[in-house]
Amino acid sequence: MKFYLRRIGFYAVTLWAAISLNFFIPRLLPGDPFTIIMAKLQRAGDISPQVENTIRLMLGAAEDKSIWEQYADYWANLFQGNLGVSVTQFPTPVTELIGDALPWTLGLVGTATVISFVLGIGLGALAGWKRGSWVDGLIPSTTMLQSLPYFWVALIFIFVFSVTLRWFPIIGGYDVFGFNGPEWTWAFVGSVIYHAFLPALTIVISSVGGWLLGMRNMMVSTLSEDYITTAEAKGLRPRRVFTTYAARNAAMPSLAGFGVSLGFVVAGSLVMEQVFTYPGIGKLMITAVRNNDYALMQGTFLVITLAVLAALFLMDVIYGFIDPRTRHHG
Amino acid sequence: MAERRKRIPLTWSGKLVAGVVLVGGIILFAIVGPWVTQDPRSSDNPAMLPPEPGHWLGTTSLGYDTLAQLAEGARGSLLVGLIAGFIAIALALLIGVVGGYLRGWTDEFLSLVTGIWLVIPGLPLMIVIASYLEVRSLWVVALILGITGWPGAAVVLRSQARSLRVRDYVSAARVAGERTPRIILVEVLPNLLPLLAAQFLGAVLLAILGEAGLSYLGLGPNGSITWGTMLNEAYTGGALTRGAWWWFVPPGVMIALFGCGLSLINFAIDEVVNPKLRLAPAATKRVRKARRSGRDKLGRQEAAPAAADAPAAPGVDPHDDGDPHDDGDPTEQKEKVDA
Repeated sequence: MKFYLRRIGFYAVTLWAAISLNFFIPRLLPGDPFTIIMAKLQRAGDISPQVENTIRLMLGAAEDKSIWEQYADYWANLFQGNLGVSVTQFPTPVTELIGDALPWTLGLVGTATVISFVLGIGLGALAGWKRGSWVDGLIPSTTMLQSLPYFWVALIFIFVFSVTLRWFPIIGGYDVFGFNGPEWTWAFVGSVIYHAFLPALTIVISSVGGWLLGMRNMMVSTLSEDYITTAEAKGLRPRRVFTTYAARNAAMPSLAGFGVSLGFVVAGSLVMEQVFTYPGIGKLMITAVRNNDYALMQGTFLVITLAVLAALFLMDVIYGFIDPRTRHHG
Repeated sequence: MAERRKRIPLTWSGKLVAGVVLVGGIILFAIVGPWVTQDPRSSDNPAMLPPEPGHWLGTTSLGYDTLAQLAEGARGSLLVGLIAGFIAIALALLIGVVGGYLRGWTDEFLSLVTGIWLVIPGLPLMIVIASYLEVRSLWVVALILGITGWPGAAVVLRSQARSLRVRDYVSAARVAGERTPRIILVEVLPNLLPLLAAQFLGAVLLAILGEAGLSYLGLGPNGSITWGTMLNEAYTGGALTRGAWWWFVPPGVMIALFGCGLSLINFAIDEVVNPKLRLAPAATKRVRKARRSGRDKLGRQEAAPAAADAPAAPGVDPHDDGDPHDDGDPTEQKEKVDA
């Protein structure tokens, strides 16, 4: 129980830090985002005083309130789910745009990460088992995969499979000409999978090397432990030693390190979405940046951070459940 | 065995050689390249030329020579990477080692800060910061990458510093009355060097990748050419649809090769720091060789029992000798990441 309380405490503090960062960054950095965005908004149409107040709170502009009063108001505003309105798609509230985009990213990045993780752990375990053989020679090439920028892999895929071979679509999350909007039909689901294939492949290719390498090295270390020797000396079948004795234990640090790697995957996917024009949160954020749509940008940053924290917390709970040691020493 | 141990860190493994050649070659290209290629901003050439003699990597849609851009971009990218790597590693050292050595409240606080900074996604944060800065020099971009890139290294250095502080020679230094800064600098730091080098290389790679991402989104250094800005121009200039592979393939290949080189060097360092990684595969290789030669001499029947117990003997060997480097074991570090 103490373990879970500690973790909840940690994530609460982190959440507070992330939201405060969101509050202070526009205020500390030079420039006057509030004036820029208000000018844009006034050109786009009428804005209510309430919206103006929300944006003022998010971006920080000179007013007679002290910074701490602004901070308190900012929090109050957040609790009402108020993130301002978008300039790019005036007058849609930021929360609505994010709500539309979030499922795309969660589905794509979530599925691809799980596939990549399972694949990497499996191949890494095999590579560690076959240590000292020709497989060792292949290991360094996985680092090549790891150092590929996600968006560059995406560019290459689009060039080869979409532009040259015309096997896959170039843009979008589904066939925008065939469907008016998301619907629950098999045809639509098929279209979504067809459009998500290349983006998912990009994530898997770029992130599988990290899991593979980490698992392989852990496997090599684990296989030189005494209990493995004992298991072999007992005459257990190699298959049993591999799965129950070595691979299970070697996978632990990979699970624990999942959180740190998730950050990289999310970061890579953001830029990748832009290349594929995938209708997810990354593209939304980048559109916001391109158009100086600061309210939307702050909102997406907040939601991305929240999503990552939620995923990490989930992982922590699972890990604490699998490995009792963390519960006791955590 | 002892004689063997001493020799290994000095021998140049294949990985190290390949890594140094790759990294050295690209650094050389960045230094020499811009001198021998034409002006990367001269648009006198015909546009969109495919590779041909004189323009070995063709030209862009604005008539820039791609090879010249690549060389100038290497300079920009490596410079950003190095500066950001230095900033990140300096912060990691300060926060990780001081926290790990001092323990108590300082450590609790510093590791909380590290933990928070570690889980807040870096690239979105960089994007937000960069988009508020209208003017971004190379240095500003490097600074942004540096201050977002340190926590991973800090976690590793902290756990190593924690394990070093309970070593006998550190305790001896403390009893002898040495002051804390001196102990950290003279006793602890030198033993962190291999790990520090590995973390530095990792930080440089992370920064180069981060810069490529930022520049691709148009948030990189204004007015400089880097591999990232080349990719941005290639995408916006329609290189994909016009089939100009010579424009967008080379920058990515350079990033991948440089990253590959850095990782190979890191591998070599890893095998020095964590002897299990080196000794265990070597041991199984020896076993396999012995088994094979045994089979030749004694025939199949004799070889079977030998094979059954053979993996056991060398398996015990590598970690039974109380090697002092064993604390650099990645198991320990990775487990502490979440602690």
